[in-house]
Amino acid sequence: MATQTSGADDFIKNLGKIYGLYTGGFLAFVILVAILEQVGVPNKILGYLFVFFTIAVYAIIGVLSRTAQVSEYYVAGRRVPAFYNGMATGADWMSAASFVGMAGTLFLLGYDGLAWVLGWTGGYVLVSVLVGPYLRKFGAYTVPDFMSFRFGGNFARFLAVIVLVCCSFTYVTAQIFGTGLIASRFLGMNFEVAVFVGLVGILLCSMLGGMRAVTWTQIAQYIVLIVAYLTPIVILSTKKYGIPIPELTYGQAIAEITAREQQMIQQGLATAANLKPHIQPWLNYTPLNFFAIIFCMMVGTASLPHILMRYFTTPSVREARQSVAWSLFFIFLLYFSAPAYAAFSKLEVYTNIIGRNVADIRPWMFTWGELGLIQVCGKNAANLQAVIDACKAVGTDVVRFQDFVINTDVIVLSTPEISGLPYVISGLVAAGGLAAALSTADGLLLAIANALSHDVYYKMIDPNAPTARRLIIARILLLLVALAAAATAATKPADILAMVGWAFSLAMAGNFPALVMGIWWKRATTAGAIAGIIGGFGIALFYLVCTRYFPGYGVAYFGMSALPSPTGAPLVDVAKAMAAPNAYETWVTLAHPLASKVGWFGINNIAAGLIGMPVGFLLIYVVSLMTKEPSAEMQAFVDEIRKPRGRTVLVEKD
Amino acid sequence: MAQQSTTSANDQAHWRKTTNLMWLHLAIWFFFGYVIHIFAPQLNNIVILGFPLGFYMAAQGSLIAFVVQLFVFAKQQDNIDREFGVAEDD
Repeated sequence: MATQTSGADDFIKNLGKIYGLYTGGFLAFVILVAILEQVGVPNKILGYLFVFFTIAVYAIIGVLSRTAQVSEYYVAGRRVPAFYNGMATGADWMSAASFVGMAGTLFLLGYDGLAWVLGWTGGYVLVSVLVGPYLRKFGAYTVPDFMSFRFGGNFARFLAVIVLVCCSFTYVTAQIFGTGLIASRFLGMNFEVAVFVGLVGILLCSMLGGMRAVTWTQIAQYIVLIVAYLTPIVILSTKKYGIPIPELTYGQAIAEITAREQQMIQQGLATAANLKPHIQPWLNYTPLNFFAIIFCMMVGTASLPHILMRYFTTPSVREARQSVAWSLFFIFLLYFSAPAYAAFSKLEVYTNIIGRNVADIRPWMFTWGELGLIQVCGKNAANLQAVIDACKAVGTDVVRFQDFVINTDVIVLSTPEISGLPYVISGLVAAGGLAAALSTADGLLLAIANALSHDVYYKMIDPNAPTARRLIIARILLLLVALAAAATAATKPADILAMVGWAFSLAMAGNFPALVMGIWWKRATTAGAIAGIIGGFGIALFYLVCTRYFPGYGVAYFGMSALPSPTGAPLVDVAKAMAAPNAYETWVTLAHPLASKVGWFGINNIAAGLIGMPVGFLLIYVVSLMTKEPSAEMQAFVDEIRKPRGRTVLVEKD
Repeated sequence: MAQQSTTSANDQAHWRKTTNLMWLHLAIWFFFGYVIHIFAPQLNNIVILGFPLGFYMAAQGSLIAFVVQLFVFAKQQDNIDREFGVAEDD
């Protein structure tokens, strides 16, 4: 035992050296692949090398970190230094949606896309100020642990598990979907095979070592993903503007885009009606929905169990706070670069595609056209002849604004080719995207499996279960949850961004009021919290499901009306749609005229949490005041979590 | 009140200061998260290095503010904890 502990201490002391060496090794590997490319090894093999090498490294870290100790499995022994926990949280946080989708969203929505950038960063202020450090002092293994202790036992725990599973499962499905997408689009693998490969990678990381393995692999994954994200635009910025800081130089690109937008309208390549200026606010979202999305993503951040549990792993409350700051710093490095990707790509499209003669179109887009991700004149831009024929059919020989359609996932992935960089950079980007998706899926799966094994099995079903059996149950559940998520992902549910948004809204409505009131208001009672969770989460879930899947019933029975479009006109003519024969269809697809287009107060269902959260707070407040105040013992316990000094409140036996 | 019987004067003073710090940081958060972006259309008329200011605040300015704010908050809260002797040992 003594030798084991000192070995672990050595490991913590040498973290800088270990990850420095790892980063050097990774860069050497990239250079090796670059050399292989020069000597003529085909691109496909290079792509596979990237994927398999990186997954193998994560798996090795996972296997080396295997553990049979409960506190290691659930909270990595509470020994992860603030700086490294920050990196791990960064990887945990930034998913395929951030890595691949964010820049594309900004390309498409311009200013309005920044709602996501703001929403996915500012929430860390709430984590640090309101919730995270107090949960660390409490000494929980899971978020439901806290709910159960503070709010009178297993019923509160059970509700917290339901909230956790609902939001994490929605989220993890989107991640595995994203993993499959990257592998299939980028490496030409079959989608289902790609999902399976990704899944094996994820499981290898978290199966044997739990939180400990996930922590040390997420740090490795962060390094890969940030190098991969920054390399192409740093090179691009240097080539174009001579300064290797894209975050500084893309202002120039924005000025050029704005000038070019005017010019395109003057030349008749676009109309004032179909062109949305990049920098102008609220052309895609109404101001209300713009701010609602920011608010829901921020509050959702402070409620997502897989993020909160990362701060259970630091050695002290003080380091938990510092760690939140480091987390946001590492996330910031990617998020403040995403608008640069969007600007550079948009400038390329506006100057080198739109307004060009069809015959001199740039060849980089044919790779993506073949996959159906870029369309010119209404047809996939698979090759030059296809483009010329398609445009002849619509009667133009110049590409106009409305003739060009690009799938937003392509923006990040195609940047290396647009800038004429060698394939090795493209492979690097793919490896980065994969690291982003894998690391997030890892953290989410672990959160779900922990809730099921620790909260449901150990705390509610068999409190006498020995350590070994608890860990085996945890691993089996991890496997089952992963398979269920992969099966759901393989059915290709649409739109990653909306799914991720829903996860945030559900977490916000279910967790935030009870967590905050539990810490900041001693008078909050068990009955109040239970009413608040059921009421707040229930109404958010109802709003989401009703507007998305049963919109006709929402209009007929629940007083919902059409959401306004940014111009002020309603998105849909409700009276007409309700008169149509399909008005009362159930489980409608997105193609249904009313799906996600109706609601209360003009709030988009991505921001369903905005409706649920106030209900939750109000119920906790009112019901708490109606019930007997918590015992002196419970109030002393709340005092205890407010002070960093002293033992954790909850002490788990190993 | 029952609350006071379980809480020492020192703890109460500590918590009062902590709560004030919480409101201060929530106010800063609210300003950079929402208030400043309400004025984005007007701020966009100011252009620095090609960046319209309204766009810049949402893309970078507020983010930088949040990062700096969190490091400062960690330091300030630690100072409060030390002042009242409830900080952890180093």
